[in-house]
Amino acid sequence: MSGHVAPKGLYYTIFAALIFGTFLTVVVAKIDLGSFNNIAMLAIACAKASLVVLFFMHVKWSSRLTWVVVCSGVFWLLIMFSLTMSDYMSRGWVPGTWK
Amino acid sequence: MPTSGSGDYHPGPVAIQPGGHGDPHAVHHPKLQHHFDDMAQQAEASTLGMWVFLVTEIMFFGGLFMAYIVYRYASPLGFEEASHELNLYLGAINTAVLICSSLTMALAVRAAQTNQSRGTQVGFLLVTMLFGFGFLGIKAYEYWEKFHVGHVPGPYFVWDGQYPHAAEQFYSLYFAMTGLHALHMIVGISIMTYITIMAWRRTYDAEYYTPVEVAGLYWHFVDIVWIFLFPLLYLIGGHY
Repeated sequence: MSGHVAPKGLYYTIFAALIFGTFLTVVVAKIDLGSFNNIAMLAIACAKASLVVLFFMHVKWSSRLTWVVVCSGVFWLLIMFSLTMSDYMSRGWVPGTWK
Repeated sequence: MPTSGSGDYHPGPVAIQPGGHGDPHAVHHPKLQHHFDDMAQQAEASTLGMWVFLVTEIMFFGGLFMAYIVYRYASPLGFEEASHELNLYLGAINTAVLICSSLTMALAVRAAQTNQSRGTQVGFLLVTMLFGFGFLGIKAYEYWEKFHVGHVPGPYFVWDGQYPHAAEQFYSLYFAMTGLHALHMIVGISIMTYITIMAWRRTYDAEYYTPVEVAGLYWHFVDIVWIFLFPLLYLIGGHY
């Protein structure tokens, strides 16, 4: 069958990276970086999620069609976030509109 | 082609692939269904279908994440204060527990992929479920503690901080998001129970392991949701 068999060592490496990422998030939360704290913890979370998707969920070795489906899911999620927040964050900018 | 509606539809001659379904001499895997050309195509169709489902799940959780963003934007200080009442270490331990379960899940798929014994397959699946139960146990303890101190939104919500209203909003979202996630864990464990039974019956091998693979995709997805829930709920604002 077409399934790619990843070496065990790769899975252990990804596992170690994920545990390290969790540790790093907690450490970063203990350091005062101002608003950069949020950016750092979300960046680490995105990196961890990417590792899971690419290796544990085998997307790295999947068909182009699977890539398109995965990316479109994330893309539409970001559309929802950005359009909704462009409304909420701009309320009251124009005088007389509802805040 | 005249269609009489009698149900007697005789298709014309079709190209028969050697070794494929039209070929009367074909020897194919018993799990190959007749509408697929081969096992690879069947696996690709199932995997793609699961990914389409997972995209709907992204949007399902996405609605809650959207609500979280809107309310946190409205009251950042209140969310910070409310978040500090969560136990950061229990959240971190639960993250680690789920990552462990994802590793054993990936190894379970690999065990089926590489034709390993049913004992190995079942072993990895059972350990995965065990980590799942461990996660739910810690979560249940956290819920119990929140009920104990009165941080459950509703008429008995108690908050002695500066922002009781925002804190109640935060805990509404906390219970909705972690509750939906816990529900997915329970569904995941149920799926794993079925997969484990089928693995014990020697259903899966290197030619046919798609159910393990697809169940694994679901399991990893639930892990990813927690990877985002942990920092967003437990780690807001200063813990220094």
